[in-house]
Amino acid sequence: MKKVLVSLIVLFAVSTSFGQVAKTKYELPSATVKTLDGKTVDTKTFENDGKPIIISFWATWCKPCVLELNTIMDEYADWQEETGVKLIAISIDDARNTAKVPPFVNGKGWEYEVYLDPNGDFKRVMNVNTVPHTFVLNGDLQVVWSHNAYAPGDEEHLFEIVKENSGK
Amino acid sequence: MKKQINHLLLVLLLLTCSISSFAQESGKWGEIHGNVQFDAQYYNPDSAIGAPPVPEKLLMNGFTNLIYTKGKFQVGIRYENYLNVLQGFDTRYQGQGITYRYATFDADFLTITVGNFYEQFGSGMIFRSFEERGLGLDNAMDGARVKAHVLGGVYMTALIGRQRSFFDYGEGIVRGFDGEINLNETFKPIAESKFRATIGGSYVSKYQKDEDPDFDLPENVGAWAARATFLYKGFNLSAEYVSKINDPQATNVLNVDGNLNKNYNPGSGVLATLAYSQKGLGIVFGAKRIDNMDFRSDRGATGFNLNVNFLPALTKQHTYQLAASLYPYATQPNGEWAFQGEVSYKIPRNSTIGGKYGMDISVNYSDVHGLVNTINAEGSGYTNNFFELGELYFRDINIELNKKFSKKFKMTGNYLNLTYNKDVVQGLVGYGIIHANIGILDGTYKITSNHSLRLEVQGLWTQERKDEGHWALALLEYQWSPHMFVAVMDQWNYGNKNADKRLHYPSITVGYMHNATRITLGYGRQRAGIFCVGGICRNVPASNGVSLSITSSF
Repeated sequence: MKKVLVSLIVLFAVSTSFGQVAKTKYELPSATVKTLDGKTVDTKTFENDGKPIIISFWATWCKPCVLELNTIMDEYADWQEETGVKLIAISIDDARNTAKVPPFVNGKGWEYEVYLDPNGDFKRVMNVNTVPHTFVLNGDLQVVWSHNAYAPGDEEHLFEIVKENSGK
Repeated sequence: MKKQINHLLLVLLLLTCSISSFAQESGKWGEIHGNVQFDAQYYNPDSAIGAPPVPEKLLMNGFTNLIYTKGKFQVGIRYENYLNVLQGFDTRYQGQGITYRYATFDADFLTITVGNFYEQFGSGMIFRSFEERGLGLDNAMDGARVKAHVLGGVYMTALIGRQRSFFDYGEGIVRGFDGEINLNETFKPIAESKFRATIGGSYVSKYQKDEDPDFDLPENVGAWAARATFLYKGFNLSAEYVSKINDPQATNVLNVDGNLNKNYNPGSGVLATLAYSQKGLGIVFGAKRIDNMDFRSDRGATGFNLNVNFLPALTKQHTYQLAASLYPYATQPNGEWAFQGEVSYKIPRNSTIGGKYGMDISVNYSDVHGLVNTINAEGSGYTNNFFELGELYFRDINIELNKKFSKKFKMTGNYLNLTYNKDVVQGLVGYGIIHANIGILDGTYKITSNHSLRLEVQGLWTQERKDEGHWALALLEYQWSPHMFVAVMDQWNYGNKNADKRLHYPSITVGYMHNATRITLGYGRQRAGIFCVGGICRNVPASNGVSLSITSSF
């Protein structure tokens, strides 16, 4: 038992010695997700012409997630005009609900780029424990910020981060 | 444990080698990221609510994931600890160790993984290896997987391995192949067509030695599945069929006049959904039939252990406490027919009903029945009529309204009418069918740009006060964006037939968030109930005490 702990500590030491733990900026990891019309997409191909990207992990059954995405939708046009930001919504709904995602998105009138991650492959490499979990990527597609949970008002803080990374 | 240490050393070695070798190439070290979660609870004995005494007083579950990435190379490990496991989880989670480690290499059109991995074929009805940490569910594979992507739109996956069973691996070996063709990506002339089609197929087989002295059991159990998705403008038609050969096991025994016989029937499953949507309107219909499709890599396994496949429930996934945790449905793998329909509509802005901001309305109906089986003369199998519906298992009619009244005030209203066959769904005797009505109101008031109040009021009423009778719940939450929240809640079983059980379950929760780190501290009574994620549920016993939860990603 002690050996496991010692090994873990060694592992942490190895990793920290390279100075990469909790590095403030990092590249978006690769995983495959699906578009709502069935195409397989590598997350490495996400791009927005050098403008920032918001990646939001959500599910149809997650109330705070839907509240967050609804709230942002009200201001999305203004955000886009000001910073050129694009929001990518990653649904972690499993097979029980994947068929409901396109009608749900349309029913809410969301204009986001939406992908399905039904077995949590992207969620896992992004180290997401619970939804909602929101990331901001700068124009070089590096993850610069992330936040877990949503409370009304959080979207303003999110937009501040987006503005800081929009090169304006 | 010794085995795990060896594994860990192997991973460390791999990690170090890879770092140094790649480092020489590019001069960059690669990156390490991960996440951590700890859930601890201190238990007070509380005989009134039936909270069992906990000899350890304090229990804790925790895990840490570390992923190292360098270009196309990735290794990862997970350390888990259960000291001792929290109440409500399977007690076979005991102790600590490295439960997950893998290495993945991305070589052009191939992706190769050795060690542990998760995977899903189609809807998962034939194969799904996944984790739900909150439920203590993890059937990770341990073996090898190769994924290939060729000809623009052809995707293939081949895998082999054994499945995780708590701190060990199951005896059976699982082999699988899946192929999928996206016709529009593969054939150029239809690349831009409005008609989009994807077809796919899988074959999965498990091997387990037959050591039964009396019965001839299949050692290699094969299953195949075929699926297709067609899209045209706003329409989406999706279907999958799965079939498996006979596989007598612990979870599908036949009760023949009180004798538990081996069941030699084959299994099958079909799931079809048709959806239509346009801006502001969504419609979904679904149908599913499952017959003897509990598929495991060990004949003796029960509960959440060594499942090869995943059978999604075709019912709405509720999340409000009283709607979600008293009468939730879970797929009956031995046989069911399920139907579901859902319509969502956004009443436009500036209309009479919609008001200034519009209103979202969603109506959902689901209905689940058993099959009607006739056991054959030998008592080793049964026959049934494909379209015949048997006993009612579950019915849910619900409506949800979402309305923004002003910039400061939003409200959600829900009404549910549930019919719940508690004996069948929870595998109990003597509860019968419960009819319940549930009403929920949830309002959020934004005091200033970053201070808000949320009030949730819920009521549940069962016909003739069956089961636990009526419940009421009130929750008040104060949120201070982006860092704090405080919530107080009371659940009250005011309409229990038994006056001694008309108890209150008060609790308070405080949370602090900073970026990707969240700490929550709770104190109070927790009602016994069913905790579900994605249609899989576990029973949580009543408890009284202090809970602390920490989660962080880096």
